[in-house]
Amino acid sequence: MEALYATVTGFLAASGLYLALRGRTFPVVVGLTLLSYAVNLFLFSTGGLTTNGAAVIREGVTDYADPLPQALVLTAIVIGFAMTAFSVILAMRVRGDQGSDQVNDQRGEEPKEEKS
Amino acid sequence: MSLPLIVLLPLLGSLVPLLSSNRQRNLNAWSTALLPAIALGIVIAHAPGVIAGEVYHSSMSWVPQLGLDLAFRLDGLSLLFLLLILGIGLLIILYSRYYLSPEDSMPRFYAYLMLFMTSMIGIVMADNLLLLWVFWELTSLSSFLLIGYWYHQSEARRGARMALAVTGLGGLAMLAGFLLIGHIVGTFDLQTVLDSRELIQADPRYLPALLLVLLGAFTKSAQFPFHFWLPHAMAAPTPVSAFLHSATMVKAGVFLLARLHPALAGSQLWLYIVTLTGLVTMIYAAYFALLKYDLKGVLAFSTVSHLGLITMLFGLDSKLAVVAGLFHIINHAMFKAALFMSSGIIDHETGTRDIRKLSGLRRSMPMTAALSGLAAASMAGVPLLNGFISKEMMLTETLESSLLGGLAWLIPVLATLGSVLSVAYSLRLIRNVFFGPEAKELPKAPHEAPLPMRLPMLLLVGLCVVIGLIPAVIVSGVLDAAARATILAPRPEFHLSIWHGFNLPLLMSAIALAGGVGIYAVRRNLFSFQRQFPQRNALMIFEHSVRRLLQWTQVAIDRLENGSLQRYMLWLIVAVLFLTGSGLLDLDQLQGSRQPQPLDGLLLAGAAITILAGLGTAVLHRRRLVSLMMLSVVGLMVSLAFARFSAPDLALTQLAVEVVTVILLMLALFFLPQRTPKESTGARVVRDVLLAAGFGGVVASLNFALLTRPLDSISGFFLDNSVSGGGGHNVVNVILVDFRGFDTLGEITVLCIAAIGIYKLLNRLRLFMPSSDSEGRPWSKDLHPMLLATVSQSLLPLALLVSVFIFLRGHNEPGGGFIAGLVTAVALILLYIARGVDWAQQRLSFQYQPIAVTGVAIATLTGLGSWLFGHNFLTSAFGHFSIPYIGEIELATAMLFDLGVYLTVVGATLMILANLGKLTTRHRPSKENEKETV
Repeated sequence: MEALYATVTGFLAASGLYLALRGRTFPVVVGLTLLSYAVNLFLFSTGGLTTNGAAVIREGVTDYADPLPQALVLTAIVIGFAMTAFSVILAMRVRGDQGSDQVNDQRGEEPKEEKS
Repeated sequence: MSLPLIVLLPLLGSLVPLLSSNRQRNLNAWSTALLPAIALGIVIAHAPGVIAGEVYHSSMSWVPQLGLDLAFRLDGLSLLFLLLILGIGLLIILYSRYYLSPEDSMPRFYAYLMLFMTSMIGIVMADNLLLLWVFWELTSLSSFLLIGYWYHQSEARRGARMALAVTGLGGLAMLAGFLLIGHIVGTFDLQTVLDSRELIQADPRYLPALLLVLLGAFTKSAQFPFHFWLPHAMAAPTPVSAFLHSATMVKAGVFLLARLHPALAGSQLWLYIVTLTGLVTMIYAAYFALLKYDLKGVLAFSTVSHLGLITMLFGLDSKLAVVAGLFHIINHAMFKAALFMSSGIIDHETGTRDIRKLSGLRRSMPMTAALSGLAAASMAGVPLLNGFISKEMMLTETLESSLLGGLAWLIPVLATLGSVLSVAYSLRLIRNVFFGPEAKELPKAPHEAPLPMRLPMLLLVGLCVVIGLIPAVIVSGVLDAAARATILAPRPEFHLSIWHGFNLPLLMSAIALAGGVGIYAVRRNLFSFQRQFPQRNALMIFEHSVRRLLQWTQVAIDRLENGSLQRYMLWLIVAVLFLTGSGLLDLDQLQGSRQPQPLDGLLLAGAAITILAGLGTAVLHRRRLVSLMMLSVVGLMVSLAFARFSAPDLALTQLAVEVVTVILLMLALFFLPQRTPKESTGARVVRDVLLAAGFGGVVASLNFALLTRPLDSISGFFLDNSVSGGGGHNVVNVILVDFRGFDTLGEITVLCIAAIGIYKLLNRLRLFMPSSDSEGRPWSKDLHPMLLATVSQSLLPLALLVSVFIFLRGHNEPGGGFIAGLVTAVALILLYIARGVDWAQQRLSFQYQPIAVTGVAIATLTGLGSWLFGHNFLTSAFGHFSIPYIGEIELATAMLFDLGVYLTVVGATLMILANLGKLTTRHRPSKENEKETV
């Protein structure tokens, strides 16, 4: 099960990174979102994978899921949303102001980076 | 103890001149002089004790974690310097009153001067290495202000900048040296450091520490090859030069040599570096002093030369040399301050400082001429003046030195040569300016300066003469005390007198005087000899090299920061791969000792869907809508994964966020191109796929390695204390709102800021809105389908109820402010989608910005509230209350905090989405249609 979980995280991270390396804004935003899923899964798993563990304290229960990574990931999810929102709105603003949705700096006289 | 007062009074004094206006010049000067005069009084009151052998200490803790204390001491060395700094400083205040012209702002000048004086006093009184360094850098800063006082002059600005760069950098080197010493000794306390000589010099770090500290001292004291800043600091007003280059700034370097002498001196390394640097500086600068045409230029180079002399004396391995060095510090301060004042008077009354134009001034300004003549004679080492005595001591000590072995004779010979040059430039200074025919083409008709301006000179020169005649009476007490502080070991017997009998040093002095006159006579040959060499201006070279450095950095920056996000990502990923990859290589094996858990079919299917959807998002990314749908599949699967692995809170949050994210991205996609054009070259795609695969591989390996290793978690603490300490059974929620409440507060603040940033970004944004999709099909006319509208409207109260329920039970069951906030937001957004922004906005007649901000405010105030009860920030309290008909419920202040979280999440989410949604309706071409449907 651990191997499978790790594989999923790895695939999500790889797909996210590939998208983040694209030259247009929208795929980059989608890629970052995908990457943040991978990161959240990774962080979540640092507490171990607990099946049927208790999430809430009850009398007589001893098998609890690790709450600390959960709390961390919970905030990470919300912050991740804020980041996605900010970057996508930034992309829209760039398109509105510069008429392009390329991620590379278009202001220089010559294209600085090789076309991608 | 009144020791801190000696530092504090001048510091307060820097504010005094700002109280009176520029026009009340006398008041300004007198009030400024008051506080340092009191400080001087305190110093003098302590003087008898210090001379008797007492060392006063006073210490207050400042930053104990760094070993930085506000520790001051008053020993012989401090006393000597304090008398110079405060005494000459007061004279400078008087002199400046008449020197500054009405256009110059006097309050500003005095404020800078007092600030500088404070920092110098701090240096000489500091009883802690770090404190010493703090004051050291303060002198660099305040001298920058003083040198650049006439900031309308480019010369002044550039000179100030160079002085700051050189001495500031030296100061940083010195700090590094101090830190090393502190590590060797284990404390920054000065007395302990001074007592740890063997320990320090036996340590391998002694060499770097010594070099770094010397770098600081040499840059400050303008020793070769760092001497170049000093002549350009002459762009300062002359009183500043008189203060900085006689008694203070440049003396800080030699002070440091004296202060750390007990700890650092005595090694071969010290001997060679310090002595030879001093010797080279002395001769080099003396030669150039002879060649300068600017009065202040001559004085500047002669200052460098004399500092070289003092440095050399501190380097020599004899205790009497140290005494001679200290004595020369006093003498040099006096005659050099007097000479600078004289040059200021000449400049003031004739309008020029050019030696070629000046001539015969003794007729128009006899008193200045006489005083300058005496001061210059002291500088040249003419008998019966104080300079003569210290010079004789210096020559004696050079004869004693065993440095350079068989070539030891070089040192006295070179020292004599330095003295010869010193005599020559002193003679030139006086004879060319004050003697000869009366100058004709001076900018102003020369006349004597006002008496109060000459008074400081008179005092200083008077002291020169008195010390020269009866040295033992005047200075031996202070000098003896200073020597004791510098040498620590049994001090040598010394006897100050003007006559030591006929001996070799006397012969050397005679040679110096005769040789000086001889060189002066043939100076024209020297000038023409010097003309063969190209003129080099240190300022130009310095600025040129700074410019080169900047150009070079710019090139480097352009290489790295070329405006391409793709390039940055590449570097980032390569760095991550390299660092993490190398960490993985160090593992013995990937799989750890933990037993793997079994698989089941459901898990396999879920994993397969997630992987496929993830890959699909990437592979189909050019068809953006499809890619987005794939993304949402991944998000839902992640939510299921959380649920599967016992994290209901996470699953709920992820689900709600997923909904909001997809709506957001759909809205954004409406304004962005529907498809990504095919741009990447094949090579680029291959490169990125390889990178992504490598990255994924590393992440997966890392995750697997982590998952299969034994877990050592601190979570037990939270599980144990959640109910008793936080009053809640849902540990995740208790962590969020209680244990780690401060993190959450920071996080909702970030959320609020992001939302406000988005609000601002969307402000006045005009975007092209397509009227059809990418395949050319027009959007549906039915913007707000009846079914959706009806369902959403009836769903709203239910959804709100659910969110209240989730919120209330959050402390004890899965739920809480975050999730409840997201549920509320989703319900409201559904209304927006179903009915349109205009419709919803009319009915929901409130702004979201205040809601988000109120949320953050409530959370912060809850935290602050615990202060009222004397607890730490964000300490929570809870209790059980019994409410009629409802029963017993538990209320915690954490609930109030959670309310803040809830409001922030609702406000921020809607601020983002509602404002984005507004864009779609405001300028829509089919506005009429929309109104019909609404």
